[in-house]
Amino acid sequence: MNRPASEVLKQWLHTRLSTDQTSWLESQLKKITQSNSDRDLHITLGMIPRKLGRNDLALNIEELSQADHLQQGLNPRHWSVDTAARIAVVCYLAELHPERFDETVTDLCRNADLAESIALYSGMPLYPHSKALDDLIGEGLRTNIRPVFEAIAHYSPYPAIHFDQNRWNHMVLKALFIDSALAPIVGLDKRANAELARILCDYANERRAAGRPVTHELWRCVGPFATGTMIDDLEQTAHSQNNIEQRAALLALNDAPAAQSKVILASYPKIAKRIANGSLTWDSIEQQETTGKVA
Amino acid sequence: MMFIDPHAHMISRTTDDYEAMAAAGVVAVIEPSFWVGQPRTHVGTYIDYLSAIIGFERFRAGQFGIRHYCTVGLNSKESNNAELAEAVMEILPRFALKEGVVAIGEIGYDEQTELEDKYFRLQLELAKELELPVMIHTPHRDKKRGTSRSMDVCEEHGMDPSKIIVDHNNEETVREVLDRGYWAAFSIYPSTKMGNERMVEILTEYGAERIMVDSACDWGISEPLGVAKTAKLALERGIPKEHVEMVCYKNALSAYGQSGQMHEDDWLNPSAIDQRTMYEGNSILRGGRDPVVQESAVKRKANELIIE
Repeated sequence: MNRPASEVLKQWLHTRLSTDQTSWLESQLKKITQSNSDRDLHITLGMIPRKLGRNDLALNIEELSQADHLQQGLNPRHWSVDTAARIAVVCYLAELHPERFDETVTDLCRNADLAESIALYSGMPLYPHSKALDDLIGEGLRTNIRPVFEAIAHYSPYPAIHFDQNRWNHMVLKALFIDSALAPIVGLDKRANAELARILCDYANERRAAGRPVTHELWRCVGPFATGTMIDDLEQTAHSQNNIEQRAALLALNDAPAAQSKVILASYPKIAKRIANGSLTWDSIEQQETTGKVA
Repeated sequence: MMFIDPHAHMISRTTDDYEAMAAAGVVAVIEPSFWVGQPRTHVGTYIDYLSAIIGFERFRAGQFGIRHYCTVGLNSKESNNAELAEAVMEILPRFALKEGVVAIGEIGYDEQTELEDKYFRLQLELAKELELPVMIHTPHRDKKRGTSRSMDVCEEHGMDPSKIIVDHNNEETVREVLDRGYWAAFSIYPSTKMGNERMVEILTEYGAERIMVDSACDWGISEPLGVAKTAKLALERGIPKEHVEMVCYKNALSAYGQSGQMHEDDWLNPSAIDQRTMYEGNSILRGGRDPVVQESAVKRKANELIIE
């Protein structure tokens, strides 16, 4: 039988915490188990950063694969120790009192500070799915606090598994509006759709009309569904002097079904060749973005 | 010079203010929970207010490179609504342990009613239990007696004066507050509480020990550059630099740092997780965005030094 999520998370924490810290967490969990009120729960969640610190969790490869095993697509690479500990406590509650978990987690979200919100939302893929979670996620997506938005949208399988098309599309669009990257969205390619491609092209044209830059990332979601004027948008972007924008547009044209797109691509033989032999990909572009080296 | 504004209701202020404060050298602010100008009538609005100052306002400040802390408490005016006050006391312990909460406050007296007295005392007990400092709001009316009484009550409850900041002092209250071992804060608030020329006089007379300057800027006509301007004026009038640093930076850090929730490293050497999430201003990890702090000090006429 699979180990419960709270056990796996605690294991990660144990190897990083002192004996005193570990036994503090264990004794708090015991108190929560025995207590009839939620006072101990609030105190525990509040005290976690003070008692356990806020270092990066920095999971190793084996632990990252354990995360993926817990929930496919879960990637806790950016979690900190306090985030992981808070999620462990919440997962423990879900295991302890599944019947009132929806109520508990809703209450916790309502009273959460910034770091707690990030933790609560980062853990969503590990909690038992319900309408209450969906409602909380909907509320969280409406935030203007980028790190809270990213706790939902980035490195989490939750959106790809549970969002309907409208929510998915608006999450992607909102990411652009708040300068949040698209690449860390799990399932970005799989959930691409014609409606999103249309929305993103409209957005790109709106930005251009206002003389504002358009992130190269959005073309990734446009490519597979590009038709008609969208091909024109991609062609225009392919003329860009900006190296990354140009490559992104050509990658998108490569993904586009229309025959015309291949004609445009062929007029950039060097880049087309690199796309064909797999040395230029969306991932390599992202690496170029982060390292500054030309892909 | 770096400044801390240890009393600023940023929830009532604009981004212009954040820009101007950052440009003037403010690295951290403390946002006491307070009366929002309109009485709250439901505990729910109180919860949302507290959530806003521990959440969105913190994030907003971070975008301008300013670290945001807060104090939580039931203010004296709203203590007079017994039903609300009871409900707020129920939820306060939940918020008192949140990250960046550096004190219980601002609490104390307004009209010095029985209910105000009751909830002031209950909150002192809460602060004692949670080992948090206390920020005391001294009343605008009957200030001298109200200030003495606030300290009397603290002592009745066995509070340690070195963990209590008595705010909104003036020439009439300062001596007693300092003599009794409390921190004395001064709100540089145009026309009503304290002007910065008067403040410089006080610094001349009393020195810098256990004194701190704040702006108490809020929804009224107030001055978010109160601390920075007072520092500048004080230097111009010959107050030693070390004293100016104490009253405009160090003392606030020492007093509220007793909560364990406020460290100089928060702004000088922020943790990796903070740089990724809530503190963009000085971050080297976040690229792709223009610096937010512009030359707004000029726009805000930071050189007009005198606050009456």
